[in-house]
Amino acid sequence: MAVKVIIPTPLRAYAGKQESVEVEASTVGQALGALTTKHADLKKHLYSDDGKLRSFVNVYVNDEDIRYLQKDQTAVKPGDTISIVPSIAGGANRARI
Amino acid sequence: MATKIGVPPAPAAKGAALSKEEIMRYSRHLIMPEVGMEGQLKIKAAKVLCIGTGGLGAPLGLYLAAAGVGRIGLVDFDVVDSTNLQRQVLFGTQDVGKPKTEAAANRLRDLNPDIQIDTFETQLTSANALELFNDYDIIVDGTDNFPTRYLVNDASVMTGKLNVYGSIFRFEGQITVFGAPDGPCYRCLYPEPPPPGLVPSCAEGGVLGVLPGIVGTIQAAEALKLIIGKGDPLIGRLLLFDALAMKFRELKLRKNPDCPVCGTHPTQKGLIDYAEFCGVRGEEAPSTVTNIPEITPKELKARLDKGDDIYVLDVREPHEYQICNINGHLIPLGELPQRVHELDSSKEIVAHCKSGKRSAQAVEFLRGAGFKKIQNLKGGILAWSDEVDPSVPKY
Repeated sequence: MAVKVIIPTPLRAYAGKQESVEVEASTVGQALGALTTKHADLKKHLYSDDGKLRSFVNVYVNDEDIRYLQKDQTAVKPGDTISIVPSIAGGANRARI
Repeated sequence: MATKIGVPPAPAAKGAALSKEEIMRYSRHLIMPEVGMEGQLKIKAAKVLCIGTGGLGAPLGLYLAAAGVGRIGLVDFDVVDSTNLQRQVLFGTQDVGKPKTEAAANRLRDLNPDIQIDTFETQLTSANALELFNDYDIIVDGTDNFPTRYLVNDASVMTGKLNVYGSIFRFEGQITVFGAPDGPCYRCLYPEPPPPGLVPSCAEGGVLGVLPGIVGTIQAAEALKLIIGKGDPLIGRLLLFDALAMKFRELKLRKNPDCPVCGTHPTQKGLIDYAEFCGVRGEEAPSTVTNIPEITPKELKARLDKGDDIYVLDVREPHEYQICNINGHLIPLGELPQRVHELDSSKEIVAHCKSGKRSAQAVEFLRGAGFKKIQNLKGGILAWSDEVDPSVPKY
């Protein structure tokens, strides 16, 4: 059984419009690596040029923030859920293009 | 109980009493022991400041006023427009064109004439935030942009006020309570706002009208719980709501000891006015693309009427094409690299989108791919509607 990565709505456009993907991985870093290898566009939305997770994106394993676990090295086991949680600002969301 | 950390004591309601009419009005609260007379008097004594009277502010204002919150402040500089009515249930068609604070105050005073409504028809800035917040007990954040959210957070931490946070995107919402003494703040969660260009493309804006209703109502419930001091508030918990899946999830939030605003050694002592950028109000970042050959809607119309063989390329999304189109060939910007072979570089091409920004990127991409006879429709289909064919609906 693989690890499930939940893609938030704002980033689905960069991940083949999928709500979640299953990847084989034993750490969070591997899971996100597998995800961004498959969906290259997603990478720049998750990581800055120096390879760090962006400050407006948090990653959770189940309900715990990986910043308070072992960050990218946080171990994951089959059945765990990784959530990517970006900041969203909408409240009225006037769409104008 | 761990989830109760840092809840300040609810404001005392000394000397206050309910009139006979108020007892009747709030009887469904009064007959519940969790609220009762004690809780209702706390609600009456409470002062809540709503930042924004839009999608989230509408249910917030309605439920807080209906519940009898004694003093409600409304901060908004906007004017009601017809696109608001799909979700901002505070307003009616007759309010279009009126300042939101004025229209909202009228509606809330009608709902509950016994409470005080303060209106601030102004933008929240670093210059007025602290002074505004000082007069209230609880801040509810119903704004629609990152700069104001950071301002609300920082000012609530600096004035020691609880900040009931809710935000939405399309079908998803996030709700929590920031600013409790031992609880996290917004910067513990996200230290910095996203830089321009990396927030979701504006083509993906939009929101299910009922979503802010659900999220704002949850914020109202949290505010009332904090006022009466009952239940487990969302301090240290981020509630995620997905309306499509109809699922709630909960994540743990921690106070970051290194937080620049609420950490043990705060490095940020003042408020910051971040510049507005893409995603802020659903507008796109200023285009970095320059020197793009352009054609105006009128010029294009004249050339098409003359019978010139021009290939009109529409780079919007299919759902936008369904709203309105000018018979262009639809290839969404994101699919252009894979579908470039569908285009004939020997033909004249005019690319358009909604307002001209995405199509400018398309023109830049195609020029890089060797297309020479390509122009951007200036102002997009919106300008076409304004200048050529008013029957084309604007969105």
